[in-house]
Amino acid sequence: MTKQGIFTILENTKLTDNVYKMILSGDTSAITAPGQFINIQLDGFYLRRPISVCDWNESTVTIIYKVVGKGTAYMATLTAGKELDILSGLGNGFDTCASGENPVVIGGGVGVPPMFGVAKALLKEGKKVTAILGFNTKDEIFYEEEFKAIGCETVVTTVDGSYGIKGFVTDALKDIDCSYTCACGPEPMLKAIYNTSTVSGQYSFEERMGCGFGACMGCSCKTKYGNKRICKDGPVLVKEEIIW
Amino acid sequence: MVNTKVNLCGLLLDNPVIPASGTFGYGYEFNELYDINILGSFSFKGTTREPRFGNPTPRIAECASGMLNAVGLQNPGVEKVISEELPRLKECFHKPVVANVSGFSLDEYVEVCAKLDKEEQVGILEVNISCPNVHGGGMSFGTSCESAAEVTKAVKAVTTKPVVIKLSPNVTDIVSIAKACEEAGADGISMINTLMGMRIDLRTKKPIIKNKTGGYSGPAILPVALRMVYSVFEAVRIPIIGMGGISTAEDVIEMMLAGATAVEVGAANLIDPFASKRIVEDLPAVMQKYGINNLTDIIGGAH
Repeated sequence: MTKQGIFTILENTKLTDNVYKMILSGDTSAITAPGQFINIQLDGFYLRRPISVCDWNESTVTIIYKVVGKGTAYMATLTAGKELDILSGLGNGFDTCASGENPVVIGGGVGVPPMFGVAKALLKEGKKVTAILGFNTKDEIFYEEEFKAIGCETVVTTVDGSYGIKGFVTDALKDIDCSYTCACGPEPMLKAIYNTSTVSGQYSFEERMGCGFGACMGCSCKTKYGNKRICKDGPVLVKEEIIW
Repeated sequence: MVNTKVNLCGLLLDNPVIPASGTFGYGYEFNELYDINILGSFSFKGTTREPRFGNPTPRIAECASGMLNAVGLQNPGVEKVISEELPRLKECFHKPVVANVSGFSLDEYVEVCAKLDKEEQVGILEVNISCPNVHGGGMSFGTSCESAAEVTKAVKAVTTKPVVIKLSPNVTDIVSIAKACEEAGADGISMINTLMGMRIDLRTKKPIIKNKTGGYSGPAILPVALRMVYSVFEAVRIPIIGMGGISTAEDVIEMMLAGATAVEVGAANLIDPFASKRIVEDLPAVMQKYGINNLTDIIGGAH
């Protein structure tokens, strides 16, 4: 259930050239599943900025965002103590129950952050979790150590081969014994996983949103189970319902 | 105690605040957040004869003080609205609702209006002849006096409830179209729908919205809406539902001074789900601040 609240920035630090990690304190009680997102109001911008939740506890939420436009560029300038109006508890998130004993979580670029929360939830359920983190090049890599620290078998791929396995996340996935996939990243990546992986899974999608809580129908998509709103009925869809 | 009640086409509303069609769904998302019965009424998602998915995405782009949308009338179709949405709505909203209707032909407007007219929960029919985001329908009916009058007459012939015609600002003379609707029997005018606009992505060098154009809404269009409501108020005797960028209780007063009997709140609901609630709650204090005891007294007060 959606909640509106004021959150205070505790930390806003640079992870790579254009990727930042922000930790905010506030009422996180509306966040109930990994893969949900928050929608942030920014001074001088009309629409809120939807950003996936990387991690959360009773009083703080961590997001990781990439500077892609004016809104995220403004976010990067914010410092500790700044208060932000945030809608939290948005989206369905990942259902970790269906994952089997050795699920693989796959993140591509800024699709990596929500997979951290998913990995934590799966580990908590006593599963053996492998994480595949895909980036274009070595300089873009973040959170490899964090995934290792929570106990994931962690594999990094880079398209140019400058670090880890050369190629795409699917090049790593084909050699892993896997009961289920949970993935977030660019649509071509999700489609490649869909086409090459024989197991079921859940994929988190992205779309330009108006409201972020299901009212405007700005982010609708067609699925085998009917029309869905990425913001409310998604962003996570099960493999079996996806229409490419 | 100030009096926020207004009489809209014979319907006594507790206050003039009506969330606009397409920004409030069928009310459920908002009823999870607050009791939507505090609203004067609300206008539900534009309904067509057949179910519609709407336009391909992206459908949304941000602008200065507003946004573009090109949703394209996504809705489950009138049969499902009557069999599924209205019964569900009945459980959470206990006031007459504004039924927003759109169409691609005269027959479609007539059929959908006739069906919704029979529904007990429907208090007013709001006929949208101004959707800028669909091709071969919608706005094309609202850009000439003749076709606007034709739709009005046809709908009035098959309905018993007040019919309000929703007009487009994307015309050379909105006043003459409003007059044509009044002469054809309209019980009210709602205005303005969104202004047609475009944004272009510098990286792809193509329009951000897949439909290329979208409708501009938000605080940026309030002055345009005020000017148009002001002009139409001088030309017609039927009530006007004013909309376009309303985000605060002060904006409500301003729109009513221009000539609106009630107002619709649109884009504000999308960036702040509590916007309509806040406006309703702020209204008495803002009335007091400006020495207004009866909201009805200020309708057209700027003239």
